[in-house]
Parts: sequence; structure tokens; C-alpha cells
Amino acid sequence: MTAITEKNLIDFVYAEARILDEQRFEDWLTLFTEDAYYWMPLAHDQQDPRLHTSLMYEDKLLLRVRIERLTGQRTFSQQPKSRSHHLLQAPTVESSDAGTGEHVVRTAFLYTETRLDAQTTYAGWSTHHLVEVEGTLKIRLKRVDLVNCDAAFGNIQLFM
Amino acid sequence: MSTSTNTYRGKPDAIRALVRDTEVHKDAYIDQEVFELEMEHLFANTWVYVGHASQVPNKGDYYTTTVGTEDVVMVRHSDNSVRVLYNRCPHKGVKVAGEVCGNTGKFFRCPYHAWTFKTDGSLLAIPLKKGYENTGFESCEASHGMAPVPNVHVYRDFVFCRLNPGGPSFEEFFGESLSTLDNMVDRSPEGKLEVAGGVLRYMHNCNWKMLVDNQTDTCHPMVAHESSAGTAVKVWNEAPEGTPKPMAVEQFAPFMSPYEFFEGMGIRVWENGHGHTGVSNSIHAAYSPVPGYWEQMVAAYGEERAKQILGDTRHNTVYFPNIMVKGPIQTLRLFKPIAADKTLVESWTFRLVGAPDLLLERTTMYNRLINAPTSVVGHDDLEMYERAQQGLHSRGRDWINIARLYDPAEKEQKNVVTNGTNEMQMRQQMRAWAQFMTESM
Repeated sequence: MTAITEKNLIDFVYAEARILDEQRFEDWLTLFTEDAYYWMPLAHDQQDPRLHTSLMYEDKLLLRVRIERLTGQRTFSQQPKSRSHHLLQAPTVESSDAGTGEHVVRTAFLYTETRLDAQTTYAGWSTHHLVEVEGTLKIRLKRVDLVNCDAAFGNIQLFM
Repeated sequence: MSTSTNTYRGKPDAIRALVRDTEVHKDAYIDQEVFELEMEHLFANTWVYVGHASQVPNKGDYYTTTVGTEDVVMVRHSDNSVRVLYNRCPHKGVKVAGEVCGNTGKFFRCPYHAWTFKTDGSLLAIPLKKGYENTGFESCEASHGMAPVPNVHVYRDFVFCRLNPGGPSFEEFFGESLSTLDNMVDRSPEGKLEVAGGVLRYMHNCNWKMLVDNQTDTCHPMVAHESSAGTAVKVWNEAPEGTPKPMAVEQFAPFMSPYEFFEGMGIRVWENGHGHTGVSNSIHAAYSPVPGYWEQMVAAYGEERAKQILGDTRHNTVYFPNIMVKGPIQTLRLFKPIAADKTLVESWTFRLVGAPDLLLERTTMYNRLINAPTSVVGHDDLEMYERAQQGLHSRGRDWINIARLYDPAEKEQKNVVTNGTNEMQMRQQMRAWAQFMTESM
């Protein structure tokens, strides 16, 4: 097994964003460990996802619900469908432990979600907590911090 | 639609004509002039929710919000009472309190010219005061300071106000409906709630009344939420047998209950537009017990009373005009009107003081799953509201139908319990709407 390089970690983040923008959601879900969470805090610098509400704090079951819903015949909020666009700044490796196989990568982003004539752009930072599982990188936690996490939003239907 | 025209202003008969026994005219939802009259009359003649006293626990603590479209600041005065002031400097009109919440100390200080005001609004000091000598300043409006809202009522820490000086008393206005707030508070072994868990803010491009109507619309969950709750049930059914049912599934699944369930759970319709679904059963009735909580409740209230409190699993209680309360899951949703076609929905949650943390965790999860701008259930609903807001502009039809289970005798009835799919609650809301819109016209 070859050691995970900084380039591997950065490439992983770019690839994940591309999978989302190509709406390959089933493939996207396989990037997560079974105990993974996708967390979008509601408060600036939020530490607690349990006793403070978040925009999203979803385990794999809830992510699967979301993904299946997106393609449902009676999912009227996706008729017409939304599309997304990630513009990423170069990710930085915040920590990397070859011994435990745990890595943290931080990426500033602009994210655009569109639906028909409506286009909305969001700005923030994503933090990927990655682990090596049988030689492959998986997401154990993806944390998405919006710069205006406490603002009043309309529907955000896809994934940042 | 009229903005510059004068179709409704000063014309109470025209307003009343928008509400028929079983139909509501589209202008009630899309007309900006009607919206402005709602702000001037409906939101001034009714008792409107401001905030919760736990948001301002100490003297000088304040919280800024809106009542209708009026900017107000709720503040803990030096005598420990909660005051509500219009957030407007009497000098040049600047909003005095700028933060959402904070502590202003003993007085507010306008950031523009340093006029200061006590926390009851009265004028404290003006720099270079002698410049106002012999100007007749004492007879100017400005000498009275920041205007206080005259009628403020704190009920078990829930703060309401009525902007107009005259009108029904707090008790007359809410009557028996206060039992839902009582039940939510009583669910704390200490009989006390605290705002906790953050507030979800969700912008809706629709009229505020669509949100209110939806709270007791029991014929939509199994249809509009098939995509979200239905998918959650489907995904859960694919889990290996013996997997413990996650809290999230416990919260989603009841949305898919059949019509008969919602018919059977009943609606209670009070006066003045207040009412609640879930009289004998509800989508919140079958949550798993929280370890240690029952014992705390028995210790606090005795077994019989504890059973009574926890057995009252009301679904949605509408406090007309613009809040909805869920006692069993400790949430309060506030539908803040912005324009005829724009509403800010704030979803607040409460900690049952003294109860296990798991209850707050359940509440914040419910809020996130159901009420967030990222919530799949929220997406289902908002799609319908926005389509309705657009569709109502059609020339093809002029009326919204609310005839389901209409009984001509219902107008004379008070505090009725009826079939859970009855649209009587929506009809009563609009009757109250017409009344409070026109009584000060």
C-alpha cells in the first residue's frame, strides 16, 4: 500500500465536487464511511451538532433519503431539477497522520445552485475529515461552514 | 392587484367581501394594498407574539424583532419587567438597537447623535441640551423618547403585544387556546422553558397566511410529503431487520399516516382564529420514551398529573395571526410578514428546564429535519406555497376554496372539536381576519 500524498488528498476534494456537480449521487454516497456525517452548522464556529440546531447533520441513512428523494416521481420541488456548480480554492491539508490514516483538508468555495431562472450563490469553507479504509480515502465527516450560516435562505436542495 | 389604486383602503365592506363562508378571494393573498392594511389593522388589533422572556434574562438585555412589519425592541427594564419599544430614535428616525440581541446597560444610546433613553423608552439625556431651550421642545413628540408599545402581556414567559391602544384584552383574545402554551411549559419538571438550540430562518416567497393555513391542513402531508417522509419510510424498510429505529425515522414516518389517522385525531377550533390539530392523537404521539424523564415528571407533578400532561400530544396549535406552537416537540414557528408575496419563517426551539438533554436533542433534530431551508419536508411545502403564490395571479379563477366539511351552523359554535380534516379552522381564521382587519377602519 502506497502512502497517501498531499496531492491524493487535494485531488480527492476536487473529485468529490465534480461528482456532485455531475449529479452522480450514488457514487458520491460511496465516498462516505458507514458512520459518516455531513454537517452544515447553523451558527458561526458551532461545536455542538446535538443540542444546537444545524442546517444539516445527516448520517448515511438521511443522505440516502435525500438522494432517493431527488429522483422521485413525486418530488415536485425538483420539477424542474436543480443544478449545482462548485468553484473551489486550492485545498490545504490541515493535518495528515500516516499512522492512523486520518487527514483533514480545508477548502474555501463558492457554490452556486440553480433552478430554472433562479440562481443563488453561497460562499464558505468545507472541511473534509478523511480516513483510509482498505487503501482508499473515505469521508468520515464533511463539515460545510457558510460565511452567512445564520442568514435567512430559500430552498437549498443539493449538496455543497 | 393594486398598489397605487385604492380598492380596499377605508372600505371595510370591500375587505369583508373577500371572505365568503367557504371561499377566500385571491386578493387576500396577492394584493399589496391588502397586505399594507393587514399591517396597519390586523397586526395592530391582535395580540402578536414578540419573543420569550428567557431571551432577556437580565436587566438591560434586549432582543430586536418585528411585530407585523414594525421594528421593535424587547428589553428587560430596570424594574425587571419586559418592555417592548418601537426601535426608532425620536430625533432622526435611526434604529437605536442594532444587534439581534445584547445588553444595553441602563439605557439605550442612539449611535447617530448620542440621545439616550431609559429602557422604558423615556428620554434620558441629549448632548448640548441647552440648544433646545425656548424651542418648544417639551411639546415635541421627540421629548417623549422612544415610543413604547402600550399593551404588553407576558404569559408564562411568552411575550405578546397589541400595538393599538384599544381592542380585546389578552385573556379575551386567547381564551382557552392558552392551554397549548400551558402544556408545553408544564412538560418541564420545573415548569419553565428557555429558548435554546438556535433559530432557523427560512425565506418564503409567498403570503404569510399560506403558512398559517398549512398548519392545520391535514390533507397535504401524505401527498406533498410523499417525496420526503415517504422516501424515509422506504429507505428505512430496506434496513436489515432488527436495526433500531432511528429518531429521524420516528419523526418522518408519521407524516405518511393515512387520511383516516388525520380524520380521527381531530381539530379543536377556538375563537378569534386560534385552533389546533391533534385532539386525541397526533404525529407526535408515538415517540420513544426518554430515559429518566417520566420519573422526573412524576416527582414534580404526581403520576396522574404527569400522565395528563404527557398524554396531551397536540399536533399544531395556531395562535392567530402568525405563530404555531408544538407542545410535544417544544417548537414555535413565527411567520413574519414582509410583503404580500414574502414571508420570513423563524422556527424557535425550547429547552424543558430540568429535563434530560435528549429532549432538546430531539427538538433540534425535528427543527432541522422539518423546518430548515435545507429540510426536505420544507422543500415540499415551500414548492407548494410558491406555486400557489404564482398560480393565484391567474385570471382563470378568483377564489381559494376552504369548503371541506362546512356546516352553516358552525359560525355560532364556540370551542368545537371536529373531524381532523375539517377546514373549519381555516374558515375561522379568515372570519377573525375580516373582523380584526375592519374593526379599526
